[in-house]
Amino acid sequence: MKSLYLLVPLAPLAGAIVAGLFGKAIGRAWSHRVTILGVLVSFILSVVIFLDVLKGNGWNGAIYTWAVIGDTPLQIGFLIDRLTVLMMIVVTFVSLMVHVYTIGYMAEDPGYQRFFSYISLFTFSMLMLVMANNFLQLFFGWEAVGLVSYLLIGFWYTRPTAIYANLKAFLVNRVGDFGFLLGIALILANYGSLDYGIVFAKAIANPLDITLICLLLFVGAMGKSAQFPLHVWLPDSMEGPTPISALIHAATMVTAGIFMVARMSPLFELSETARSVVLVIGGITALFMGLVALTQFDIKRVVAYSTLSQLGYMTVALGASAYPAAMFHLMTHAFFKAVLFLAAGSVIIGMHHEQDMRRMGGLKKFMPWTYWTLLIGAIASAGIPPLAGFYSKDAIIEAAHHAQIPGAGFAYFCVLACVFVTAAYTFRLVFMAFHGEPRFDPAHPPHESPAVVTVPLVLLAIPSVCAGWLVGYVVFGDYFLESLYREPEEFHGLVSYTLHGMTAVPFWLALAGIATAWYLYRVRTDLPKKIAIGLGPLYALVERKYGFDELYSWLFARGARAIGTGLWKGGDQRVIDGLMVNGSARLVGWFSGVVRLLQSGLIYWYAFMMIFGVCAIYALVKYRVFTG
Amino acid sequence: MLLSLAIWVPIAAGLLVLACGDDRKAPLQRTLALVGALGGFLVTLPLWAGFAAHSAGMQFVERLNWIPRFNISYHLGVDGISMLFILLNSFITPLVVIAGWTVIEKRVGQYLGAFLIMSGLLNGVFSALDGMLFYVFFEATLIPMFIIIGVWGGANRVYAAVKFFLYTFFGSVLMLVSLLYLYNKSGGSFEIQDWWRLPLALDVQHWLFFGLLFAFAVKVPMWPVHTWLPDAHVEAPTGGSVVLAAIMLKLGAYGFVRFTLPILPDASRDLAWLMIALSLVAVVYIGLVALVQTDMKKLIAYSSISHMGFVTLGFFIFNSYGVEGALIQMISHGFVSAAMFFCVGVMYDRMHSRNIADYGGVVNTMPKFAALMMLFAMANCGLPATSGFVGEFMVIMGAMRADFWLAFAAATTLIFGAAYTLWMYKRVIFGAVANDRVASLQDLNSRETLVLGALAIAVLCMGIYPAPFTDVMHASVNELLRHVALPKF
Repeated sequence: MKSLYLLVPLAPLAGAIVAGLFGKAIGRAWSHRVTILGVLVSFILSVVIFLDVLKGNGWNGAIYTWAVIGDTPLQIGFLIDRLTVLMMIVVTFVSLMVHVYTIGYMAEDPGYQRFFSYISLFTFSMLMLVMANNFLQLFFGWEAVGLVSYLLIGFWYTRPTAIYANLKAFLVNRVGDFGFLLGIALILANYGSLDYGIVFAKAIANPLDITLICLLLFVGAMGKSAQFPLHVWLPDSMEGPTPISALIHAATMVTAGIFMVARMSPLFELSETARSVVLVIGGITALFMGLVALTQFDIKRVVAYSTLSQLGYMTVALGASAYPAAMFHLMTHAFFKAVLFLAAGSVIIGMHHEQDMRRMGGLKKFMPWTYWTLLIGAIASAGIPPLAGFYSKDAIIEAAHHAQIPGAGFAYFCVLACVFVTAAYTFRLVFMAFHGEPRFDPAHPPHESPAVVTVPLVLLAIPSVCAGWLVGYVVFGDYFLESLYREPEEFHGLVSYTLHGMTAVPFWLALAGIATAWYLYRVRTDLPKKIAIGLGPLYALVERKYGFDELYSWLFARGARAIGTGLWKGGDQRVIDGLMVNGSARLVGWFSGVVRLLQSGLIYWYAFMMIFGVCAIYALVKYRVFTG
Repeated sequence: MLLSLAIWVPIAAGLLVLACGDDRKAPLQRTLALVGALGGFLVTLPLWAGFAAHSAGMQFVERLNWIPRFNISYHLGVDGISMLFILLNSFITPLVVIAGWTVIEKRVGQYLGAFLIMSGLLNGVFSALDGMLFYVFFEATLIPMFIIIGVWGGANRVYAAVKFFLYTFFGSVLMLVSLLYLYNKSGGSFEIQDWWRLPLALDVQHWLFFGLLFAFAVKVPMWPVHTWLPDAHVEAPTGGSVVLAAIMLKLGAYGFVRFTLPILPDASRDLAWLMIALSLVAVVYIGLVALVQTDMKKLIAYSSISHMGFVTLGFFIFNSYGVEGALIQMISHGFVSAAMFFCVGVMYDRMHSRNIADYGGVVNTMPKFAALMMLFAMANCGLPATSGFVGEFMVIMGAMRADFWLAFAAATTLIFGAAYTLWMYKRVIFGAVANDRVASLQDLNSRETLVLGALAIAVLCMGIYPAPFTDVMHASVNELLRHVALPKF
């Protein structure tokens, strides 16, 4: 099996290299064929490995030794267990769908081959990240997906907004990585290894600095999974082409932080403080980013804020020690959010690159496939049974409800309130874009997208419906075995779970959210504007995303430049060069000016000095100044 | 014999090129220089291939009497610490010759000759085991670099060349005094390895520490004796900047491991706080200064200082992560800074401007160049799978063993490094075509592709599989650390 494991990441890498280096030579069609083949191989092998792992097999070992420092071997290696294979399936499946979708979406783009090269490179990096058996490789994958995200957000590099967004994304992520790397360093310093198994065993035996370690690792997760207050980069990342918004900034890369914390669950279980922080951050992100989604009109931005909010849900689950629920929501979210994004992308192509929902409306009859798949994604996202989102979200809300650590009450309130908000913004999107009177230019009516776009939508909609039914096995059953920390929980069958959920508060909150959206955007379409005016500054605060962008750009971007200029002009130029370097040169110059007076070149002056010198020496000897 | 060849093959080739005559013989001179540089590289390859990694001792040792009256000998040898620098130097030299192939049109022979001679002298510095021989090579390297900046440099080249020369020469004088003291103290020996075993009182160690510190700190350069470097880089021709950044800066750092740490272990431990503080100032202060530079070469020069801060930091935390990380960082910086200066050179040759504001949207006209420069920019911000990551990672790991806040301050480079490098990249490479001159740019020619491609391969290989680089260091670094840990008086 070892060579199969190796082939899973290497197949997309090969595709990326071929399309990247020889894209021009082999042409557009062969570029997508090669990369899709690579990802297809990767997906099929992931399924094979998944089935093998279900039989009880697994693997944990090194591929090669990266370097040996001191007595510590740093290795590149794989850990194949049930957590890993779940991620492998999700990553390769969504990636495959996105590859196919891209054929249609990017058909007219001059950077076609480059795009395929990047998304295959992303798939490779993400697989290396999830398959790692040690922190070094985890960090490799972590940074590599960040790099590809940077390249793809700035894919249309002539747009000023895109190249601003990608720099911002990279730098904000670097702040997260800063914490993450320190966490890794502290692990190495305390436990003398970077291998997961060894670190977990040693940490459980003697949890040195464990709270600090967990918090530092979580800072990394906050960067990558865009948790408050490092969330600012994700909405801007929508500057990239839509397929990557679906693949990277919704389904896979941004969930890397969630995956990482789940992978580190044995460590996080050792620190209640760290989990409290995780809970609170998750709660804030879920509710407050969800509220922003209610105020946005750019269809992609609505989905982006929805992603932030859903990541907040997963983070709450992590804080509540419900790691299986977090991973389960990660999986269902990957499917239904990919549907939402790709459907939004389909709308954007159909609308001739229009993204403002105020200029849409009534798209339902023009784009039936897009409408129905998006509707499935929306229902799943809103948490209506029996679609996938209901099960995963309900498990998280229950976990937050039962959590006992500080902050749990707050987090529970946030996730509960957010159920209403989620349903409201999702159906706001559905009603605004697809129902009601058309508001677009009738001269350019929208058109349904080609099959390469709609088929991936349908294929992703299927798991958005069905994946939730695995809740009994994945969340409450023993799917994960020992691959992450689990708390024993009761489960009385899928039907009774569903029925019980339908009598509980969250379900009714979701229905209320849909009803509100329906009332505001179908019945009384004049009301939203009035509410916005009525709320005044409060609405403006939410619409302006609470002012974080402005604050950060003022504080960090301008602050750093001001300090840098001060140090350069003041420190380097004035003090060091002006005072010390050129100052000492001037001092030497002054001194030599004085000494030069003695060497006037006049004979009588020299004669006088000689006589004076002889007298002086005589006087010194005479009066015994030199005693020796 | 190999080490002598590594020194004298380039020097002989350089003299031959000089002897060829004036610019009418330029094509012949170029060919001769390339043959000499490649020959110089080839003779160093057996050093790595034949290196006994398990041994901490000196290898490929050669010894001849030079000035018997003062006990000065021509004594050469390399260990795991110095060997890779000879390879790095010999690898960079042919690239410099190729990069200057058509760019340098005036006094071609003298330009190439100066580089070849300098290459040989630099190999001499890294392989000398006699203190006086070391000093002679160390000082001699100043002359060709002074000439390169002063003759082929930019508008303000004379100021820069003199500043460079005076700064470094002032440091060297103090070093000479220290070396002479050691000669007397050891009963008339210039053997560096004898000095390692020399017992020295603590106060003497302190005096010598500062004597050597100034010479080495100027070369590294460490804050606050760094201001010559941005000026020198800005005025130097591309090849000069490359050799300056890739090799010459390493002389100072090499001095610390070859002299300061083993000869003055107690003073090194006593004064480590000072060295660490200066290193962290370099990382943070210089990182911020780099952010606001408007001249690309100045920006990369400041970035170099910041990266070299990691080197001195690594040395003075006294663990194998730190020291090996610092050595790796030195080699990686040799590749990455060389590549970055070549990149600026490529643009300068076309646009005759180093000003960031004159560029914008270069990717539209030079996609191949943009892709390669992206790789080097990422290496400059220490992205994993590039060589830039390896050293930084190891030093941060080592710093964490020493103290949390040390690692914290050092790791800020993750943010600063990315900020200044990628912000520059964004303004120069990305965006719409900024002006007509950018619109008329030609992408890399095959000569430039060869140079940048070779460096790209080096950067990636070292990032993906650094084990061959670290394996040869272990024995020597462990021996050094064991030695430093022992009190000497």
